[in-house]
Amino acid sequence: MGRAVAVVGVGQTRHGRRMDVSYPELVREGVMAVFEDTGLTPDDIDGVVSGTMPSMMEGVALTHFYFADAIQAVGKPVLKTETCGSTGMSIAHTAYYWIASGMADVILAVGHEKMNEGDSQATMTTVAEPFYQRPFISGAPGVFSMQSAIWKDRFGLSDEKVREAAAYISKTHHDSAFDNPYAHIKIRTTIEQIVNARIITYPVRLLDVCPNSDGVCAVIFASEEKARKMGRKVAWVKGIGYRGDEYFFGDSDKAEWVSAIEAAKQAYAQAGIKNPRKELDVAEVYNPFTFQEMMLYECFGFAAPGEAPDLVLKGTFARQGELPCDPSGGVLCTNPIGASGLIRVAEAALQVTGKGGAHQVPGARLALAHAMGGVAQFNGVMILGSEL
Amino acid sequence: MVKEYKTIKTQVALPYEIAYGATWTRFFEGFKERKIYGTKCPQCARILVPARAFCPRCFVDTEDWVEVSQEGSLVSWNYVNYRYFGMPTEPPYVGGLIRLDGTDVGFLHLIGGFGLSDLEEVKKNVKSGMKVRAVWSDERQGNIMDIRYFEPIK
Repeated sequence: MGRAVAVVGVGQTRHGRRMDVSYPELVREGVMAVFEDTGLTPDDIDGVVSGTMPSMMEGVALTHFYFADAIQAVGKPVLKTETCGSTGMSIAHTAYYWIASGMADVILAVGHEKMNEGDSQATMTTVAEPFYQRPFISGAPGVFSMQSAIWKDRFGLSDEKVREAAAYISKTHHDSAFDNPYAHIKIRTTIEQIVNARIITYPVRLLDVCPNSDGVCAVIFASEEKARKMGRKVAWVKGIGYRGDEYFFGDSDKAEWVSAIEAAKQAYAQAGIKNPRKELDVAEVYNPFTFQEMMLYECFGFAAPGEAPDLVLKGTFARQGELPCDPSGGVLCTNPIGASGLIRVAEAALQVTGKGGAHQVPGARLALAHAMGGVAQFNGVMILGSEL
Repeated sequence: MVKEYKTIKTQVALPYEIAYGATWTRFFEGFKERKIYGTKCPQCARILVPARAFCPRCFVDTEDWVEVSQEGSLVSWNYVNYRYFGMPTEPPYVGGLIRLDGTDVGFLHLIGGFGLSDLEEVKKNVKSGMKVRAVWSDERQGNIMDIRYFEPIK
């Protein structure tokens, strides 16, 4: 595992349609928030890592150049990490590796996106080559709808039960978003509205899918020595895991999703977790699609294969349940993609330091953060705990 | 009143000329003759389609070309009902993951040959596990859309 590393503070912008600020101004807003949270200044930072989904989301290719001032990277080592939807998690991993290796003590990690400035779904099709896969990806909902259908058929789940459980997830996350001051979509909705919403890519309907959000998340990671000197509650990194599938969507098993299963296994092994549903207190699962979220619960060992819809309907993953998932409302309600994975880390850190506010899970000590990306290709996990 | 700030409308339109390389070239030459080619891995013996230059698992060259069946089973599908820049056809349309008979991976394409405007009708025509067959364009350019779609085999 290398040296011990902690999340010592987090900052988020208000997420949503942010046409009130330019992109670098939005980035600075997130960076200022983490400096305010920690009391640190740019002088305390040894290096900066940032990233976005594909940069062309906003039409400017080299964002760490564009944001050199906003992320206060001038005169410091600077890295950019970009892994599609899992970018935010990969940024967190980069910061972790940097400190764990002993090459730095304090790293600023910044994830950002301004999705309302371009055509997000068209941008996402450009993650694939133009010969074969690009025409059939249909933006993000296309592939992920197909993936959840494979999962449903594999375990012989009925359309009705899966629909019912997905609606439950949508309803509870949309309700949770009201308790998260930074969340984008805040709407009271009903099961009836969810199951009758406009179809995006069947079976995914409007309230089963994440929004296009503008937003930034900034997190400061520190070595044990620096973290302890700060004299505040910090979130310790207990384990990390990351895996990718083969490029072609049809090559790998997407129902028992190997990259998600193996990424979690690696992180659990490092953290010493044997029974994740019992040992974890909260999880922030990257959940842009309700149907797929259930499948991920199974990949992470929260449910046996094919069991997730039943447990969802029993309330196992609801706010008062055995393992609350996405008490922040998750990606379903807030999705500035390059930031979304880092927001999962930030939310997990808030939970294990008792700073979750209205969406705090009482007494949370061990949390899982996750992000996924690519054409259903990449998965990254980070486990955070209140004790080293 | 919230103050409205200005925006600028701009576009990035970049031309590309992207190399197919030998494997894609040969694969799409097959399309002109209404043939779908895969390659067989000498190590794991899987038949991969579209044809590959190498097996992604064994990391060895796959030089054994095989013509694969134009019929297969539908593994999964979606019904796309929203618009975005660069979409392959006007929505609504059905995308499918197809396991062509005798091959060992899924093949992505469109599913069609029936009315697409009504989801309930589509659900009667499209079922996971059903048999489908390739329907070719009369005029073929040597690209992926030379197959118009895969249609259900009644």
